Amino acid sequence: MSASDVSDSPGSEPSNPEDVLRDEPLVRLEGVSKAFPVQSSSLFKRSHDYVHAVDDVSLEVYPGETLGLVGETGCGKSTLARCIARLYDLTAGSITFDGKDISSLSRRGMRPLRREIQMIFQDPYGSLNPRRRVGSIIGDPFVIHGIDSRADRKKKVQELMELVGLNPEHYNRFPAEFSGGQRQRIGTARALALRPRMVICDEPVSALDVSIQAQIINMLKDLQNDFGLTYIFISHDLSVVRHVSNRIAVMYLGRIVEVAPSDQIFEKTRHPYTRALLSALPVADPDTADRRERIVLVGDIPSPTNPPSGCRFHTRCPKARADCVKIDPVLAQVFDDGAEHLTACLHPLALDEDMSLARPQIEDSEILMAPTPGQDTNTEGTP
Amino acid sequence: MSVDPSGLAEAVEAVDYTGVVPDAEADKAIEGRGPWLLAWQRLRRDRVAMISLVIIVLIVLMAIFAPLATWITGHPPNEQYRQIGLTPDGLPKGPTSQFWLGTDDLGRDIFVRIAYGARVSLLVGVVATGIAVAIGVVVGLAAGFFGGIVDTVLARLVDVILCVPFLLVAIALVSITGPGLSITILVIGFFSWASVARIVRGQVLSLREREFVEAARSLGASDRRIMFVDILPNVLAPVIVYSTLLIPVVIVVEATLSYLGLGLPPPTADWGGMISDGQAYYTTSWWFLIFPGAALLITTLAFNLFGDGVRDAFDPRSDQLLK
Repeated sequence: MSASDVSDSPGSEPSNPEDVLRDEPLVRLEGVSKAFPVQSSSLFKRSHDYVHAVDDVSLEVYPGETLGLVGETGCGKSTLARCIARLYDLTAGSITFDGKDISSLSRRGMRPLRREIQMIFQDPYGSLNPRRRVGSIIGDPFVIHGIDSRADRKKKVQELMELVGLNPEHYNRFPAEFSGGQRQRIGTARALALRPRMVICDEPVSALDVSIQAQIINMLKDLQNDFGLTYIFISHDLSVVRHVSNRIAVMYLGRIVEVAPSDQIFEKTRHPYTRALLSALPVADPDTADRRERIVLVGDIPSPTNPPSGCRFHTRCPKARADCVKIDPVLAQVFDDGAEHLTACLHPLALDEDMSLARPQIEDSEILMAPTPGQDTNTEGTP
Repeated sequence: MSVDPSGLAEAVEAVDYTGVVPDAEADKAIEGRGPWLLAWQRLRRDRVAMISLVIIVLIVLMAIFAPLATWITGHPPNEQYRQIGLTPDGLPKGPTSQFWLGTDDLGRDIFVRIAYGARVSLLVGVVATGIAVAIGVVVGLAAGFFGGIVDTVLARLVDVILCVPFLLVAIALVSITGPGLSITILVIGFFSWASVARIVRGQVLSLREREFVEAARSLGASDRRIMFVDILPNVLAPVIVYSTLLIPVVIVVEATLSYLGLGLPPPTADWGGMISDGQAYYTTSWWFLIFPGAALLITTLAFNLFGDGVRDAFDPRSDQLLK
């Protein structure tokens, strides 16, 4: 479903990217960083290494839109989501929700905001307590925030269950008695219980099979229309993200490398990493699949403990030049892109540029990483 | 309770999906088969565990209705029948129609004393285990959940408790305070919680990383709520298994203390004390040693076998017991 389909349905929030962009952002991230200390195994030697899971991310999310967040496994998508939900404390930067800085609120101070920001988790098996009945799981938000009496609660829980397409009579069942898709509906009902304004969906469908994925995604879409929800939708599956998102942000190694309205990301891809990611998308038509440009990145994602200097993608980028090693690009408009299309690249791709022919123009010795003994930068295999 | 599959299917089909909230009666039709119910259903199919449970219930009844034994035989537990209860040489009498399980060296009815002794054993077994589990669960939860310095301190405390030579300390303590029921219970309870704490801590360490804990956090739940509402039900199964197996251990420990003269002061009827007295007469009066010993053996065996059954019932790999 594209953005225009959404705005056709009655009573929907403005979902057209141009409309959305005129509003004040609901969430604004400024220079958000999160580093985890590396656990030292030695008793006496304290380690001072940090995993820079999210590094200097600035991003805005507008009310009523769906922002897709994509990237490889381990690029910091989920960490960023948990930072926004304030499940983690930030290392640096600030998060503004609805004009209020929430980045340094205490747990007590966050409590009222928990009603506004909710999460749907990736693992439909792990995110529901196996020893508790579904009714009490979905009723949890009411209990925690002290809303409604016991009788009202049950009625509300059953309404929520119907809302997400569950049989309300299954109120007394346990999570183990439901399928993966049904459990994801339970998780959604719990997230929607307090009528939040923003829902962070952390890979909500990646644990489900494809037919169920479609059901859950359509349900999330419907709920967005009904309640005017704002979504941050995390996934490593680009076809899913394209289907649901108004805008897409591409993450690589804790940074956002490109952010643009969905169509533009696909049609006017600027960042080489985005292009590589898109080229991995399966195509239904075998003829097209044979002809299309396929970019296979070399090597693994570098360790976030000591990320590469300059542009973080330069160790794997086919278009890498000498300046990529030294200069850290910032998110900015490139070429004739509009204000809503930002790219962090020194040598962005032109519209019809064929990246499969590009070769990095830097020597292996120039690929600078923070010195770590025994670390293999893995660039020798470049064809 | 569960319903048969056909009834379930009917109930599901009967659901009106048009948005009518069903009334309470239809609600009852679909009751979840939760982990507890499934475990109980598995346990019910375990014949050994069920026989053990029956024996345990009988022993409990015997303890509760111990005065009934006095009423039937007409012998109070501490009454010494020096004329009719002892041979002319002053030795205990064997089982007769008057003294069903014989008499002891003071001419007391062993049957009645075993019935009363069950009270002491079960009381100490259950209460001391309860104390151990209560302390162990709280300490284990706190250590596992908060981690860091709390965990370090509590884990060391557990190590210390496990290192202390329990019997020596018990002997020392009882010699200061004098023997008694409450000191016995407290000493045993205090020295048994450490392993419960270890089990709970280990479970909590893995549970607190699960996504449902994160979900509770994102809803704004307090630490206390997460610990007791979200994590505790998930550690209860191993705790229940462990405490079922702890009860017979505690009963034996209590008998040991009594045997060493550190349990309940005489003339209170108590299995360990009876065994201790009886061993002096085992060449002449076997019943004096054998019957209290058998009571202790049957009780601990029943608890142990039942505990094994409970463990199997909570183990998901024993699913084959369910059809």
